[in-house]
Amino acid sequence: MYPSPIEKASPFKRIAYKMVLPVALFVWLLPLLAIFMTSIRPAADINTGNMFGWPSAFNLVENYTAVFTESQAASYFWNSIKVTVPTVVMALVLSCLAGYGLAIYRFKFALPLFFLFIAGNFVPFQILMVPVRDLSVRTGLYDTVTGLVLFHAAFQTGFCTLFMRNFIRGLPHELIESARIEGVGELRIFWYVVLPLVRPAIAALAVLIFTFIWNDFFWATVLTQGEASKPITAGIRALNGQFVSQWHLVSAASLMAALPPVLMFFAMQKHFIAGLTLGATKG
Amino acid sequence: MSQFQNSQSWYKRNQLQIAPWLFVAPALFFFSIYVIIPIFQSISISFYEWNGLYNAAGESTAKWVGFDNYVKLMDDDNFYTSLKNNLIWLLLFMAAVPIGLALALFLNQTVTGMRFYKSMFFFPFVISQVVVGLIFGWFYNPEFGVVGSIWKALYCEEVTNIMGNLTSKCSVQPPNILGDENWATYGIIFAGLWPQVAYCMILYLTGLNNVSPDQIEAARLDGARGFKMLRYVILPQLAPATFLAVVVTVIGALRSFDMIAIMTRGGPYGSSNVLAYYMYETAISEYGDRYGYGSAIATVLFLIMLVYISYFLFKMYRDERGQ
Repeated sequence: MYPSPIEKASPFKRIAYKMVLPVALFVWLLPLLAIFMTSIRPAADINTGNMFGWPSAFNLVENYTAVFTESQAASYFWNSIKVTVPTVVMALVLSCLAGYGLAIYRFKFALPLFFLFIAGNFVPFQILMVPVRDLSVRTGLYDTVTGLVLFHAAFQTGFCTLFMRNFIRGLPHELIESARIEGVGELRIFWYVVLPLVRPAIAALAVLIFTFIWNDFFWATVLTQGEASKPITAGIRALNGQFVSQWHLVSAASLMAALPPVLMFFAMQKHFIAGLTLGATKG
Repeated sequence: MSQFQNSQSWYKRNQLQIAPWLFVAPALFFFSIYVIIPIFQSISISFYEWNGLYNAAGESTAKWVGFDNYVKLMDDDNFYTSLKNNLIWLLLFMAAVPIGLALALFLNQTVTGMRFYKSMFFFPFVISQVVVGLIFGWFYNPEFGVVGSIWKALYCEEVTNIMGNLTSKCSVQPPNILGDENWATYGIIFAGLWPQVAYCMILYLTGLNNVSPDQIEAARLDGARGFKMLRYVILPQLAPATFLAVVVTVIGALRSFDMIAIMTRGGPYGSSNVLAYYMYETAISEYGDRYGYGSAIATVLFLIMLVYISYFLFKMYRDERGQ
């Protein structure tokens, strides 16, 4: 292990390390703590300029309820769910199929197609913006949840296919060979042999794509306009305008918006990290 | 099963040739429509002048202007500012890689509660950039943000004015980081580094996990320790993590959009603009959409990114051949 385990160090170093650790964490998360403290303050504190002192009262429930009763936050939240969940499902279906096709068969186009998915995954969003917006307007998908889902799922398919293909490549090929010799059809091999084995990859991609899409802001502003389909990230900006100088409410709304991916991360940490490292490492 | 084997249908005989296409087709269909084709459409639109509208017959009102949009770019101060800021982003964002490594080395211990600490340090990456932008925008606020409050504690005293209200009198005015042409970009980059460092840290932590203990032991016996050990034994083994960290940081730097939109909208006076935001601002604006000019900016950004994409593909190709 590198660096050397702290248990082997002198007692002084050991104690110093254990003391520095919480302090470092405190400094690292200071912006977040500050915004959390603000989100539970009463409005009076904001007006009198008591931004960092001890709150004069704890208004956790009041402030967080106010966000929902005084704004469209609930509808933004619901839109985010309506966009994120179908996107995850669709991107996973498309990429499981494509990843399998590119990993198992040795055909001339396997590598070029694989590289096409990788390259597309890295392009700047702006090079897609005008045509995708135009396409959405012409097909009536502009400013709809469906329009966002279709685009996100298509785009995320690039990354997911990269991940899936490499994951399936790592499976023992003999399994598939022996199934073929038994005369099992290709679709059945996919369904009964491979799909059960890629479950960890599916879990990793699901949490990762969920986070990416939930946090998307660019496409939310490009492909939506009205309140009916606006997801929470774009909604937060609208709230920021609505709650001018009501910092306790802006903070509460921001923290609420950040919550689902955070919960997802803590619930499925191992899968999340496996996804981020492209599954290249065993974590 | 025997029934299947006997039926020598056309599909059955050519199964191995057709099957890959069946599996790839759905993904390829959507990916082409929403990603591959739009890239070429954007490049083509960059040679037109177009406000995104169609005439009554449903035909596009775009007008061919050749290289005009690119010629205009050459004379556009905003374009140069954005390009310069993109370079600053690329350069300074790279700091996330060594800082992430340092943090990973600091946290790579097995003290009780270490799992908790690691996930808390990773926390900022999970939060959306919109929220990070809001947090830091407020953090920097000279009136009531953290920066402002620290400043007040240091340089200001509270006085009662003639109206009887408390106001603060400062010997030095608090810095308005996001409102200052010279500082806005750096303020946003600093905020952007927060989640990016967390990302690099997690890449290095997983990398450190896989460093071969035998080699470390062997190097220790040879008397390598501290920095020398890091330089000659650990870093070479972390090369895959470093590669990935550099790739995601470059992409992050060139994709920076959310935080600029939230924190400054490219201001003040376009001083914190980057190509990604300038493109958006030009293509969709209150003063009429300029799809052609916007697409030209997007094409430039795409070409910059293409350098990195090609390098990444080249490296993947080498790895594939090596298998």
